[in-house]
Amino acid sequence: MSESALYQKLASSLGLEGLPEESLGTVSALVVPAASWHAAALWLKQQGFSMLIELGAADYSKHPLPHPGRYAVAAHFMALPGFERACLKAYVPAESPALQSLCGLYAAANWYEREAWDMFGIDFPGHPELKRILMYEGFEGHPLRKDYPLGRMQPLIPMREAVDYEAVRQAARRAGQGGA
Amino acid sequence: MKDQILDDAVLTTQLDKVVAWGRKYSLFNYPFVTACCGMEFMASSASHYDTDRFGAVFPRFSPRQSDLLMVVGTINHKMAPALKRVYDQMCEPKWVVAFGVCATSGGFYQNYATVPGIDTIIPVDMYIPGCPPRPETIIDALVKLQARIQGQRQSLV
Repeated sequence: MSESALYQKLASSLGLEGLPEESLGTVSALVVPAASWHAAALWLKQQGFSMLIELGAADYSKHPLPHPGRYAVAAHFMALPGFERACLKAYVPAESPALQSLCGLYAAANWYEREAWDMFGIDFPGHPELKRILMYEGFEGHPLRKDYPLGRMQPLIPMREAVDYEAVRQAARRAGQGGA
Repeated sequence: MKDQILDDAVLTTQLDKVVAWGRKYSLFNYPFVTACCGMEFMASSASHYDTDRFGAVFPRFSPRQSDLLMVVGTINHKMAPALKRVYDQMCEPKWVVAFGVCATSGGFYQNYATVPGIDTIIPVDMYIPGCPPRPETIIDALVKLQARIQGQRQSLV
């Protein structure tokens, strides 16, 4: 079955017609409404797409082209016997971005959703333990959001004063070591 | 005749110099390896370049048995408390080498995660440039560090 035919069957099973497809390089994604995210994944799993191989997020707030929502989450699925691929994408709004968790369907979703929460602040209701996976406790904000200031650091221990290299050079010259 | 025997048997020097001579040729390093520079560190430690022939860089994987902290690779803010703790656990005298551009200055990472140079956490004695450094650069830094130790005042406890 071609991707488009599969996606048409998926859309009609959800009772939705004319869902757009987006090309993601070598694979095309079916863009589903956020409310149908879990139902679409469930349908794919029932069709034999037994493996969740990737789930990622993006922030389009500074993208040159308009998008239906500020954030997007994309999930890639694979059907193991024939290595067929399918991809779902859903846009979520800037205010309280959330998607139903896929952890109940795919155990692999657990860490991916924690990463999407950590980096983009996308909530996944139904996740068993949605907490930061890469950043540390006490980190404020979500660093891959486009409005997170570039270079804003949140050190865990106090940082020392920067080294005064000119003073070091002069001291070395005085000590006769020929400069640092 | 008597003078000649004395010449062959006695060497006069200063305590600082002889202690420094001992210390610079018995550097035990603690490899704090976090990133891809580690491959180059292993290559320079192994038989082809063999930094051990300089009487230095015999790795000890305990900070309490080592006096040279080699920080090899990117240090991020999550890792910084561990690095500080390892440094604090090492006994004096101790030296620190920032190995590669990430440990030196953060390199091309200027973001929320990376420490912009380990000298914002702990004092550093020698910086090795390169991404990653060539083994020749590492040996050069090692020899320069040894020369520096030779010139330092040696505290005796």
